[in-house]
Amino acid sequence: MKTSLRPRIVTRDLPVIAKSATGIDGLDEVTFGGLPQGRPTLLCGAAGCGKTLFAMTFLYNGAVAYDEPGVFIAFEEQPEDLIKNVGSLSYDIERLIEQKKIVVDHIHLDRNEIEEAGDYDLDGLFIRIGFAIDSIGAKRVVIDTIETLFGGLDNQAVLRSELRRLFEWLKSKGVTAIITGERGDGTLTRYGLEEYVADCVILLDNRVHDQLSTRRLRVVKYRGTAHGTNEYPFIIDQEGITVMPITSSGLSHDVSTERVSTGIADLDEMLEGRGYYKGSSILISGMAGAGKSTVSAHFANSICAAGQRCIYFALEESPQQIVRNMKSVGLDLQQWVDRGLLRFSARRPNLYGLETHLAAMHREVKEFDPAAVVVDPISSLMGAGLAGDVHSMTLRLIDFLKSRGVTALFTNLGAGSAETATTEMQISSLTDTWLLLYNRESNGEHNRQLYLLKSRGMAHSNQVREFLMGSDGITLREVYVGPEGVLTGSARVAQEVRDRADRLLRTQEMERRTREIERRRREIATQIETLKAQLVSEEGEMELLNLEGAAREDQRSADHIALVQSRSSKRAGSPSKPMTSRK
Amino acid sequence: MTAAAMEQDGYNLRLYVAGQTPKSVAALANLKKLCETHLPGRYTIEVIDLMKDPALAQRDQIVAIPTLIRQLPEPLKRIIGDLSNAEKVLVGLDIAPS
Repeated sequence: MKTSLRPRIVTRDLPVIAKSATGIDGLDEVTFGGLPQGRPTLLCGAAGCGKTLFAMTFLYNGAVAYDEPGVFIAFEEQPEDLIKNVGSLSYDIERLIEQKKIVVDHIHLDRNEIEEAGDYDLDGLFIRIGFAIDSIGAKRVVIDTIETLFGGLDNQAVLRSELRRLFEWLKSKGVTAIITGERGDGTLTRYGLEEYVADCVILLDNRVHDQLSTRRLRVVKYRGTAHGTNEYPFIIDQEGITVMPITSSGLSHDVSTERVSTGIADLDEMLEGRGYYKGSSILISGMAGAGKSTVSAHFANSICAAGQRCIYFALEESPQQIVRNMKSVGLDLQQWVDRGLLRFSARRPNLYGLETHLAAMHREVKEFDPAAVVVDPISSLMGAGLAGDVHSMTLRLIDFLKSRGVTALFTNLGAGSAETATTEMQISSLTDTWLLLYNRESNGEHNRQLYLLKSRGMAHSNQVREFLMGSDGITLREVYVGPEGVLTGSARVAQEVRDRADRLLRTQEMERRTREIERRRREIATQIETLKAQLVSEEGEMELLNLEGAAREDQRSADHIALVQSRSSKRAGSPSKPMTSRK
Repeated sequence: MTAAAMEQDGYNLRLYVAGQTPKSVAALANLKKLCETHLPGRYTIEVIDLMKDPALAQRDQIVAIPTLIRQLPEPLKRIIGDLSNAEKVLVGLDIAPS
């Protein structure tokens, strides 16, 4: 990270300040490359802030990583003690001394042993430092703590002019130096060393809040270059010193369009059928027992099943307990642990301060290089710091994980208290996907519900789902939405049964009515047939009548003719017309 | 004077200087004068130029220049400065003014 940052500053800032990397995680990012090369830097802080360890780490890293031998001028500690003390950070100074990469020179000054009789200077000190530098070709020098001189010698005027000369001389030697100084009352250093060492001043601080101490670092001044101006927490542990910048990657990290499964098929379905974005951050909040850990474990399980690594930061449960509990929903997490894909990192939240947690997480992530991490639950860290700290810590963690493309899943216990609500408010804005798990009471039972409050960059489902945990994992059911409202659990089941019964009833009714209509249709058809038959018979009758009428007419005509004929036969020669009108 | 007498009450003095600076020259002159006055015949002075032998600065814990160290008689005593303040030098060397 330091290499990626250094060129940026070089191309942008004029005049160019050459920098000497400290190799301290985070400090090189805060200072955009390290301490001013070939110049002295003042490192000040109260007793117990870690000045000596800081300075020694600078030398150690120089000797080991940057091929820059170093000289440690110790005014306070004997070399043996010093070596022993930093041995706790696994720095093997003795070996480096043998390899002529580090020289430790202890300067002993005791006012009681020294009588001042006349004018003097500190050439002896110059010669010693110069000799030490030349003996190994040192590029780095630490003077810890030069203020001891003020206690050992009386003539302040001489001391001040000699110190000014010393720093000029160190510059002329071209060594990058750290001068440590004890914090004074209202001043950076007790004897005002900041007047002499003006190029770069770094202040260390150790504050205790709620019985948890937090070390912080601030670059007070860095002449000629940009630097981070905030207070950055740092930790000292057996791995060395880690400074946690808020973030140097800022919001410029690469984003991925790749997706990772949530481990729950139905939940994937709600997220465009493809799951979370790779490298995004997910917040799952819910009350106790809402299933946060189970959702997290499903995610971890699916990451491992894909052959990728995952770290599960368990802040409330022990790994064994999680493994056992997840068996009940059909997840075998132990197999991934055995295969080295899943790492549980369990620690009590109040074991140490937030920053230590954060640093430990950073370190584990760097070491294990996982594709995903789970922090379960992040809200339990509330106890380890102030609300604002939790926010900034989460911010740092998210930024750090995003810069590495690690998908991060945080759970948050939201019991509705003001404290956790604040956390929720602060964290939720940082996360890309926010899942809410409810546990709603209705009809004498609690039912789990899941809702996707937000998921940046995708057309996610807006539906509340019922969340069921069974021996084969999590399934999401669509809730019953109807005239009765939104129903879940047995109410939903009951409503569904009712619905089925209703449907059956409706079908039966339909069939009955169909049959009825059919029957009536047939009846009518029969009636039509009958009427038709009637009609036919009526028509037959009619015809018969017509025929009869015609026959009768014929008869009558015939009769008439016969009558006429008979009359004419009586009166011959006078035929007459038939007398139809008479009829 | 014999070696035995030297061990008993003789003064074995070392003056550390860094080159021929005015302070160094003055210190040596002041020291010689003092010894001649108060320790005639009972002292030896060894001048060590740290410019020539810088490693000795570490061995003998020298910070200020000039530094005068009373090797003998024990205990070891240190006096820094150009030794212009004779009174302080005498106190530092545990020599009662005669």
